[in-house]
Amino acid sequence: MAWRDDWRRVRAIARKDLTTELRTKAGFNGVAALGVTILILLGLALGPDGAALRNAAVGAVWLATLFAGVLAFNRSFQVELESGALEPLLQYPGPRWTIFAGKLLGNLVFVTAMVAIVVAAGVVLFGVGIPATWPTLVGVIALGVVGLVVLGTFYASMSSRSRAREVLLPMLLFPMLVPVLLGATTASKALLGADLMHEAGAWIRLLAAYDLVFLIATFVAFEHVIES
Amino acid sequence: MPAPDRSLDARPARPPRTSPWMGVAAILVLAATQAYSISTSPAEGDMGHLQKIMYVHVPAAWMTFLAFFVVLVFSVKYLWKGREDDDLVAASAAEVGATLNGLTLVLGMIWGRPAWGVWWVWDARLTSTLVLFLIFAGYLALRAFVDDEQQRARWSAAVGAIGAINVPIVYMSVKWWRTLHQPPSSPATLDPAYTMGLRINAFALLFVMIFFIRKRYEIARLERAAEHAAEAAALGAP
Amino acid sequence: MSNGQSDRAIDVSGLGKRFGARWVLRGTTLAVRPGEVVGLMGQNGSGKSTILRIVATLLKPNAGTAQVNGLNVVRDATAVRAQVGYLAHTPGLYDDLTARENLKFAADMLGMPATVVDASLERVGLARVAHERVRGFSAGMERRLALARLFLRTPTVLLLDEPYSNLDAAGVELINSLIGGIVRTGGAALVALHELAPARGLIDRTLTLVEGRIDAARPNLVGAAAGVA
Repeated sequence: MAWRDDWRRVRAIARKDLTTELRTKAGFNGVAALGVTILILLGLALGPDGAALRNAAVGAVWLATLFAGVLAFNRSFQVELESGALEPLLQYPGPRWTIFAGKLLGNLVFVTAMVAIVVAAGVVLFGVGIPATWPTLVGVIALGVVGLVVLGTFYASMSSRSRAREVLLPMLLFPMLVPVLLGATTASKALLGADLMHEAGAWIRLLAAYDLVFLIATFVAFEHVIES
Repeated sequence: MPAPDRSLDARPARPPRTSPWMGVAAILVLAATQAYSISTSPAEGDMGHLQKIMYVHVPAAWMTFLAFFVVLVFSVKYLWKGREDDDLVAASAAEVGATLNGLTLVLGMIWGRPAWGVWWVWDARLTSTLVLFLIFAGYLALRAFVDDEQQRARWSAAVGAIGAINVPIVYMSVKWWRTLHQPPSSPATLDPAYTMGLRINAFALLFVMIFFIRKRYEIARLERAAEHAAEAAALGAP
Repeated sequence: MSNGQSDRAIDVSGLGKRFGARWVLRGTTLAVRPGEVVGLMGQNGSGKSTILRIVATLLKPNAGTAQVNGLNVVRDATAVRAQVGYLAHTPGLYDDLTARENLKFAADMLGMPATVVDASLERVGLARVAHERVRGFSAGMERRLALARLFLRTPTVLLLDEPYSNLDAAGVELINSLIGGIVRTGGAALVALHELAPARGLIDRTLTLVEGRIDAARPNLVGAAAGVA
């Protein structure tokens, strides 16, 4: 019963955030366009040698994802702050983790859609051949996106309400994401190559463990940070 | 009319006092252990006397980890109990830890220049120490950017605890990433002549660190005591 | 643990709250009994909103305690939220959602059945524009929609922050019927007010906040103005 109510709250928040995004569109289009633009700029800076570009493709895609993604997270709390809706949101009964879970779900959909565009652009622009192991590659990307979204959503719940939020969020988020960046890029590179060392499996386990650890930690900590 | 909350008047303005002698003793011990280690250890084959930079570099790295462990413990304790003092201890340890972290990095680079011929290599230990530095720079930036002290305490406790959880994960991932890395500098892999020097230096630096954290905490408490005095005046005046 | 049978619907004691170095509340003490409607008067910045937000569990006090039906607003915050209906200064609506979607969201968050949404829209007179986005609404319509959220359920304690601003005569009537409905069921209301006029006849007594404290010299404007009770 209570569980059903909580799940209803989670869905309501995610649906509300995504409806708002769908109707304004400017937000998503802007973030996705920025991701692709970063890829193009990296291509210009690192190219035009085809082999060098293929080599840099994975890193370029993840950097573009991180820099564009960071804009999405502050946005998701900005919606609440601009209209003064955070107070009513906090005043509803029900556990606070439902707010985090709802925001997380909304951001997950948002960032996944953006990553799909960035990855497609990366494949085209950097001339990456799709390997036979592509389902595993999708899994690696998904694990990376979960890590990014969990910590991004968590830190944005604070940075969006602080001074200098544009600076603070990347300062807090990017160093924390080093294991995600290393894991996702190394595993992706291994899967795009022959993975002779069988490295990918170890990195996938690390990414999964990272996601799990911080999913739990942020859910526990969120209740303490959302209060004003 | 219910009785007004008396706990306000009872709030003590008793900042702790750390004896300055503790600091003097810590510095003296540090100087003495330096003199001892430097005079007893032979010049190392390749590096010569430059190797002796390790006497501060390695213990500073250990103390950095220890300081961040203190941040973890007191951050979690703050989230648990909500006592202001725990927030102040965590903040003091983070500041001292970041300083030791910076010292570790700079000494590592000074050592690396002659050893590797470059100021920076993406060595596993050096890189993870750098990432650690960035994580705690974020923690200190958060403290600087938030004005309300209750909010600052809660937020930085969460960021401090979650940042500290990440330390072993960062360390492991960077180590995997650098499959070819320097074997770690610990007493086990060093010439026995250095081992004793490293160990006693670790204790000397531990004293220095404890002194700094206590002193920083004391200053923070004095600041809060002044604020509480203003609070009592504001609430008590007619 | 209280079972909600406390003789005080709202009990605020020695409340202190500061923002940065500025003390907004300096030891405020007040109580509202069940069935009572209390007006909270005072100039801008005197701390009216801050008291309401602390009782609504949105702010934590720096000193003192606040209770709703015997439940502590800090310790038992979740239980307090289930009993309190709070109307803020700002409507707090989502501009890109329609009126109905805004209310549906509130019903989901409150755990109320979706059927109450249309009844509530009807009640505040917004049924006609239910499917229009809030972005195009006038200030008065936004107030009404914010108010509609309070009609979704029946709280035992109402906290209204300047509810009459931006409302026409019909809107004032709506607020008064909301308060009346809550009081009839044994609930209580604490209403921050600029002027007494719109609430006259409904308010049992007023308290005046001066610099973060209840001014004992002006305990009851209602009694003074009405002459007879």
